[in-house]
Amino acid sequence: MKKVYVKEEVCIGCRLCEVYCQLQHAHSSDLVKAFKKESPPPLPRLRVDERGVVSLSVRCQQCDDAPCVQACLTGALERNPESLLVTVDEDRCIGCWTCVLVCPLAAIKQDKEQKKALKCDLCQGEEIPVCVANCPNEALVYVEEPDSTLKVESPATQGHE
Amino acid sequence: MAKTDKIKYLIIGNSAGGIGAAEAIRELDKAGTMAIVSDEPYPAYSRPLISEHLFEGRPLERMLYRAPDFYEQNNIQAVFGEKVAQVDFSGHSLKLESGRSLAWQKLLLATGGVPIVPRMEGGDAKDVFTFTRLDDAKAIDKFLNKHKGKTQALVIGGGLIGVSATEALVRRGVKVCIVEMKDWILNTILDEEGAALEAKALVEADVDIITGHTVAKINKSPSGAVDGAVLDDGRSIAADLVVVAIGVTPRLELADGQLKTNRGIIVDRRMATSQPDVYACGDVAEAYDFVFGENRVTPVWPNAYVGGRIVGQNMAGGKAEYQGGTAMNSLKYFGVNIVSAGMVAPPDKSYEVIIQRGDGIYKKVILKDGLITGLVFAGDIEKSGIIYNLMKDKVRVDGFKEELVSDDFGLASLPEEIWRARLAVPPSEEAFIVPPVEPPEEVVMDE
Ligand SMILES: Cc1cc2nc3c(=O)[nH]c(=O)nc-3n(C[C@H](O)[C@H](O)[C@H](O)COP(=O)(O)OP(=O)(O)OC[C@H]3O[C@@H](n4cnc5c(N)ncnc54)[C@H](O)[C@@H]3O)c2cc1C
Ligand code: SF4
Ligand code: SF4
Repeated sequence: MKKVYVKEEVCIGCRLCEVYCQLQHAHSSDLVKAFKKESPPPLPRLRVDERGVVSLSVRCQQCDDAPCVQACLTGALERNPESLLVTVDEDRCIGCWTCVLVCPLAAIKQDKEQKKALKCDLCQGEEIPVCVANCPNEALVYVEEPDSTLKVESPATQGHE
Repeated sequence: MAKTDKIKYLIIGNSAGGIGAAEAIRELDKAGTMAIVSDEPYPAYSRPLISEHLFEGRPLERMLYRAPDFYEQNNIQAVFGEKVAQVDFSGHSLKLESGRSLAWQKLLLATGGVPIVPRMEGGDAKDVFTFTRLDDAKAIDKFLNKHKGKTQALVIGGGLIGVSATEALVRRGVKVCIVEMKDWILNTILDEEGAALEAKALVEADVDIITGHTVAKINKSPSGAVDGAVLDDGRSIAADLVVVAIGVTPRLELADGQLKTNRGIIVDRRMATSQPDVYACGDVAEAYDFVFGENRVTPVWPNAYVGGRIVGQNMAGGKAEYQGGTAMNSLKYFGVNIVSAGMVAPPDKSYEVIIQRGDGIYKKVILKDGLITGLVFAGDIEKSGIIYNLMKDKVRVDGFKEELVSDDFGLASLPEEIWRARLAVPPSEEAFIVPPVEPPEEVVMDE
């Protein structure tokens, strides 16, 4: 499947990806309204981690073995058989955060108010995820998994799945 | 079914472990006959949700672990509401309590745990409940519906199940007193300091917590109802109902004397028991714990499901090995977020402990010889998954151990080869072929 990858050497940690992700998942499509008027403020489904010169725009990599799906207490986390996307069924999610504890990327966000897990949905309905489309440095790419040897194998890979 | 018609895959227990196995089997073998037997009369539901059932009346349909047509879609015979009375392991058959016999080729015991109910005077009173099944939640609900007015509950045991029952009761307007024998609540899954954060939230919700004591006697009214209780120090506790939540123990009734057991059914890394063609997983099994490096009972939902998947692959002819699990819990009771995994306290001086405390925030990582052996995170749990996986992967963290508990800890804090592997970022010279992305200026924003 197509996934978003970060080109670390050109990511400068400007966090525009985060801003556009928030906007994409806000009620309003207006940037100013979404950020200044919405309460609670819209939550991003990605995060930018920084250490010294390294900055990484981090989001769910839709792992093949999806430890979050395996751990989910209620069955709210599922892999969509067609899109292969890992999704959260809001009705079934109880905000127990078991998925948070097992995700190797810390890619599950907590909507603490609604008590629902949030995660990257690769901007369903958009041709290109908005974080990728709006990165001024082209530090994010949306491509097929580059090479099977580089596939995201989460450490929780069990047996031969 | 004719007697000779052996069910290829027979699963006892229709919960996390059983469903994990069934799903893994069907990924490899679409046609082999499969049956799941359970003495609970329901499709698989999320057991932790019985608390939601009690406090907000969440109906079974919204507790289901899988889609309602799961059994049909996967061609699984559902034998629900039937208890397995006895297994003939060498004869590859079993007997249901109803008298019916089933023959099988491969068997899984995913029988879970049973609540521990100590003998105590008055323990046979009418309104003494346990809290591990949907029917328990229904029974308590029925009791509360009958008892209008101020109700008081005594919860014996301050573990996860006791706290879960307490939250539901409090939200139903019941005044709760928890009596915990050890020095702090949640002592099997949290250290004293982490547990204190949960205890604080409980006390703020007007829950009384008595630690270091046990219940000596439950008083019975002439009609056999609960009428308060007496502690080991003679203190009286007012109560109209009692929830016994001391813990669960592996449900070994079918295995006893026939399979190798310790606290649970002992399984190897393939989740196979000491009998050929017989597997076990979940709360009933004693499987490999990657932190302790030995077999242990780790009664949590994710380990039951993951272990079940290993069983399923092996039952269907694969060769899967369990990487191991460890105790891991995520609590959300009374609005406090706490996670723990592995060891929650250092067993001796050879371990190192790194702690960060802040306003309602507590982060603790336990290390030995540069490897993580446990964690407790409260308040801010967002990055706990990174730590958990460093522990699981046995990544040496000596070089950056102080970072693990810092506010801005993230993937970039890890050694480069680790974040590259985690994010599938190729080494920098191997640049990606940039796909045809529209230049950012052309993206029209609503103004
Ligand atoms: C209130 C509560 C809250 C919890 N919260 C959490 C939590 O937050 N996080 C977490 O990770 N875990 C939690 N747990 C624990 C979790 O539910 C268990 O670890 C998990 O259910 C284990 O799954 P299992 O498949 O091993 O067995 P179980 O879920 O115990 O299922 C076993 C099934 O087998 C059936 N069975 C057993 N023997 C027979 C027989 N002889 N014949 C027919 N049927 C039989 C039983 O009736 C049962 O239906 C909680 C548990 C409870 C009770
Ligand atoms: S474990 Fe994390 S990165 Fe992997 S699929 Fe789940 S949320 Fe995404
Ligand atoms: S928080 Fe929601 S999605 Fe995550 S494990 Fe719990 S129920 Fe599943």
